[in-house]
Amino acid sequence: MTPQEIYDNLKAKFGDAILEAKLDALQPWIRIAPERAKDIALFLRDEQPFQFDYMMCLSGIDYNDGNLGVVYHLFSMVHKHKIVLRANTSKENPRVQSVSSVWGTANWHEREAFDMFGIIFDGHPDLRRILCPDDYPGYPLRKDFKVPEFYNGMKVPY
Amino acid sequence: MNEPKVLPTDYVTKPGEFKTSTGKTLRTDEMIINMGPQHPSTHGVLRLEVVLDGEIVVDVIPHIGYLHRCFEKHAEHMTNYQQVIPYADRMDYLASMNNDWAYALAVERLLNIVVPPRVEYIRVIMAELQRIASHLIAIGTYGIDMGAFTPFLWCFRDRERILDLFEMTCGARLLYNYIWVGGVSHDLPPGFVEKAKDFCTYFRPKIKELNDVLSFNEIFIKRTANVGVLPKDVAINYACSGPMLRGSGVNWDLRRDDPYGVYDKFEWEVQIGKGEMGTVGDCWDRYMVRVREMEQSVKIIEQALAGIPEGNVQSAIPKRIRPDRGEVYVRTESPRGELGFYVVSDGTASPYRIKARSPAFVNLSVLPEISRGCMLADLVAIVGSVDIVLGEVDR
Repeated sequence: MTPQEIYDNLKAKFGDAILEAKLDALQPWIRIAPERAKDIALFLRDEQPFQFDYMMCLSGIDYNDGNLGVVYHLFSMVHKHKIVLRANTSKENPRVQSVSSVWGTANWHEREAFDMFGIIFDGHPDLRRILCPDDYPGYPLRKDFKVPEFYNGMKVPY
Repeated sequence: MNEPKVLPTDYVTKPGEFKTSTGKTLRTDEMIINMGPQHPSTHGVLRLEVVLDGEIVVDVIPHIGYLHRCFEKHAEHMTNYQQVIPYADRMDYLASMNNDWAYALAVERLLNIVVPPRVEYIRVIMAELQRIASHLIAIGTYGIDMGAFTPFLWCFRDRERILDLFEMTCGARLLYNYIWVGGVSHDLPPGFVEKAKDFCTYFRPKIKELNDVLSFNEIFIKRTANVGVLPKDVAINYACSGPMLRGSGVNWDLRRDDPYGVYDKFEWEVQIGKGEMGTVGDCWDRYMVRVREMEQSVKIIEQALAGIPEGNVQSAIPKRIRPDRGEVYVRTESPRGELGFYVVSDGTASPYRIKARSPAFVNLSVLPEISRGCMLADLVAIVGSVDIVLGEVDR
């Protein structure tokens, strides 16, 4: 299926939840509403013409304009097509629906995005920090993050 | 006086249940034990919180992050795209060449660079040599986990020859910084092609030796067959890749199915697990896929060495790397599976965001799924068969 067809199908099914698309990019992407991420993911995974059963990657990103984003790279082992989904959310209240019940691999990826960007995934079974220590202050990959001078009373050397 | 104790004979081994001789079912207590972070069989600093019922594993909770070195943060702070390569080297320190290549490929795709054919051939040769070296470690240490010491020494002996080849090419034995964006740092030194050919002829019989001593060893099979079975659908749902996915019987290899470099020019076969010793997707299948992949790698190397063209290896290296605003996700087949780099450029000289999708991180996340209900000793076998490198899990 071409990205255009995927976009048309999603638009017909979800209407307002499909916000924007750039289909002539190097890797075409479709922007979706963060509070509908799980429904759209389930639809893309289970419907016969799409069957996006393999999530290659899930990344968090800070756009530095007050928005955080989640980027999903999807692939279908059956039809061998790819699509990129993205969901943007505000920095003050960063909430995105979790897709970890759709793709098992999203569990750890979402924990990582939570750890690094503070994005809260609604419906995630076990949203804990994964790479940083539990008591680490702040979210390191946000663009406005400042390395703290002290961590638990120890001086951070740089 | 001392009467002989009557032991219950008909206990069931379902976790949590224990049936006495009178037919009463008791629920036994669960115990939480800690494995790692400094444990010989966790292959690095991995901590497993294991919930045990007797000797049966009820649940496993992996705790990672002990080796987190902020690769992604560092990459954002570099002043140049080339400077990220030494950091990429240190992600999967057993397969640095593959990491470099994946990163270089992502940036090249952003810049739309086509590298000269000689570079493509050199990259294939290096990546496949590295794959053999990495699989040798996986196999050798897996042998140690299962109590076989000899294959470990043999594997390291053979790996040493590969490291010699790398040292001859770029001076480093482990962390090479060899594959650059647009080219490689040095051309092949004189005598490399002959030495690499010698290695291929030397190495082929060694695989057979390894099979005789370890792969088809009765004890080894007993320890690994039917243990940690990963079904196909779970493997795909958890986005497992590499030998982990192929061991479950999925015929999938990015070198063939999403080709990059010049892999489409060579004759070779994708190896998958067939359940020869037990169930498809058990530890033995995953192990055996690695052994058979080494043979295929030798095949690829021989073809690449025979067909390597002449040319300048640095002609396509850009003087200044400043990709247009844009983003790309590129995936390659590293020894552990799908290694992807998601690179976002904002038009400046340093990357705006890099996410490394490391195969070991993703493969490890399936561990709780496949180890529930196994014995504690089998957990060691399962962790070993996933073949994790903690440097890459934590990045």
